[in-house]
Amino acid sequence: MQKIIELKNLTKSFDGEVVLDHINLDIYDHEFLTLLGPSGCGKTTILRLIGGFETADEGDVIFLGERINDVPPHKRQVNTVFQKYALFPHLNVYENVAFPLREKKVPKSEIDARVKEMLQLVTLTGFEKRNVTRLSGGQQQRVAIARALISHPRVLLLDEPLSALDLKLRKDMQTELKRIQQATGITFVFVTHDQEEALSMSDTIVVISGGRIQQIGTPIDIYNEPVNAFVADFIGESNIVDGIMLSDCHVRMAGHTFDCLDAGFDQNEPVDVVIRPEDVDIVPPEKGMLRGVVTGVTFMGVHYEIIVDIAGFKWMIQTTDFVDVDEHIGIRLEPDAIHIMKKSEFSGMFGDYSSFSNELDELSNAESEGEE
Amino acid sequence: MNRKARGDSIAAVQRAALAPYTVWAVVFIVVPLFFIAYYAFTDDSFRFTTANIVRFFTTTSEVVTEKGIPREVRTYLLIFARSLKLAVISTILCLLLGYPFAYLISRAGARAQKTMITLVMVPMWMNFLIRTYAWMTLLQDTGLINSFLGMLHLPALHMIGTEGAVVVGMVYDYLPYMILPIYSVMAKMDEKLIEAAHDLGCSSSGVLRRVVVPLSMPGVVSGITMVLVPSISTFYISQKLGNGKFYLIGDAIESQYTANNLHFAAAIAFIFMIVLLAAMALMRKLTGRRVYEGGM
Repeated sequence: MQKIIELKNLTKSFDGEVVLDHINLDIYDHEFLTLLGPSGCGKTTILRLIGGFETADEGDVIFLGERINDVPPHKRQVNTVFQKYALFPHLNVYENVAFPLREKKVPKSEIDARVKEMLQLVTLTGFEKRNVTRLSGGQQQRVAIARALISHPRVLLLDEPLSALDLKLRKDMQTELKRIQQATGITFVFVTHDQEEALSMSDTIVVISGGRIQQIGTPIDIYNEPVNAFVADFIGESNIVDGIMLSDCHVRMAGHTFDCLDAGFDQNEPVDVVIRPEDVDIVPPEKGMLRGVVTGVTFMGVHYEIIVDIAGFKWMIQTTDFVDVDEHIGIRLEPDAIHIMKKSEFSGMFGDYSSFSNELDELSNAESEGEE
Repeated sequence: MNRKARGDSIAAVQRAALAPYTVWAVVFIVVPLFFIAYYAFTDDSFRFTTANIVRFFTTTSEVVTEKGIPREVRTYLLIFARSLKLAVISTILCLLLGYPFAYLISRAGARAQKTMITLVMVPMWMNFLIRTYAWMTLLQDTGLINSFLGMLHLPALHMIGTEGAVVVGMVYDYLPYMILPIYSVMAKMDEKLIEAAHDLGCSSSGVLRRVVVPLSMPGVVSGITMVLVPSISTFYISQKLGNGKFYLIGDAIESQYTANNLHFAAAIAFIFMIVLLAAMALMRKLTGRRVYEGGM
């Protein structure tokens, strides 16, 4: 596959604070790539560097083999869908979508045809004369996409485009965006802090934290083989337990030696062990590899989310079987339920559910949403 | 308390809070307007008459044209036309000077913006008469500008008593009223719209033409209103900087008042007010739809 954008050693500071720290990333033609990370991790800044709205302190932005650091936004074959859409309030739907073509002095009949085609693509046929300020969020979103796609850019940049929509609409738009990307074959670079969105839409996910790329991979790779505790925690739920790698395929944790599939570590190397909540089997205490006491049960609809105290460490387990608080249970782990990671700067910061509460989680999410 | 009752009580509080303003507006705006209309349509013994209105349109006097030929003109219509001409010229100049300046301020850093806005407003803190006198000392035949030109051995310019001097005085006085409303609209403009226009293929001039100018139209409309209305009714500037040669509608009203012709003064003011209201309504109609509704 052809590389369409290469970021080489991009570094950027704002007021002495490093926002991007030597970012190296290749973006391939026709892929749906997601930049995923918490607020303030630098993902939007990467997008703005590609779009041409910021200049890097160090490093290069390469577009089809050419350095474009100093090319202004209007001369790049890249368009942006802004977070709050940035539709022109003085123009109607038709004129918003036709905006880039009018600038290029495209003949009127061609404008008509292309606007029609774009509105069809985003299923807004018949909305031509509507005032953009009176459209719903989802409709404004579609106008913004049509406007950004009409001049056939090579790359479309999307800055948290779904964050202003409610859950139901967000799900619809996820499918819609994926469909548009496949229909047009344009490379999408999508920024989000929503890991579910990233998993369901992307060909490639780039996990970013603290201005650095933590991991690049397919959604399945990122979920099943996180490289460190940050990625494991940020993508889905994870129990991250301290362990010792006794030898290849044998790890000791919580006082028990488990078989696993991971190899290539030093003998007796301290490691982080990741166990996804849905991979834990609940068994009677006497049959368990580990034993613990249930301290909390939350009904989630599809499953129960239970918190289990195992030797002082709180695990999260997702199960469809009902267990009660204070019940003693045993757990079993199959070798493929265990993922071993090298120790990193993030070790010990994540993966313990001692202070876990759904409510707290939601509060902190709501707080972080406004920041970027 | 249910929602409706709460809504009602909020509305009641809002009405109460507005009461002082309503009283103020009635006493100082509505009642005086009523008196102007009343005086305009009555004679000295307060009997109804349209004589004052008729007098405005029919009074004639003889002027000598540039070629030395005496000509009969309708005095007040001529004065009105002259006022309108000077006001329109001043307003256009204010717009040409004020618009780019407002744009520059709105693009500057937060700190620079504050400083520049203060600089725009500082002259407004000084009394209007003092500012006009200051321009007299600058523009006089033996004034500061001519002294300076003399020092450089350049020929002196005759400025005072010309239309140009009156226009300079009006532009100087009313420029802040053009800059401030345009600036306030531009400062509120979403930065992302400008970025989006760049992103969609506009150069800087394209962004200005296709996004900034159309979106700043409400500011331009209120700027034009705020400059045109006071400059068309100005009187003192024309006396001092025009050496009384450019008798304006404001001067006419003032001299009728000081001569104790209250009814005729009121009639001029009344006609003038009607013309202005009509002009503003027309302007709103012409710009309103395009500016506020969107769609082309």
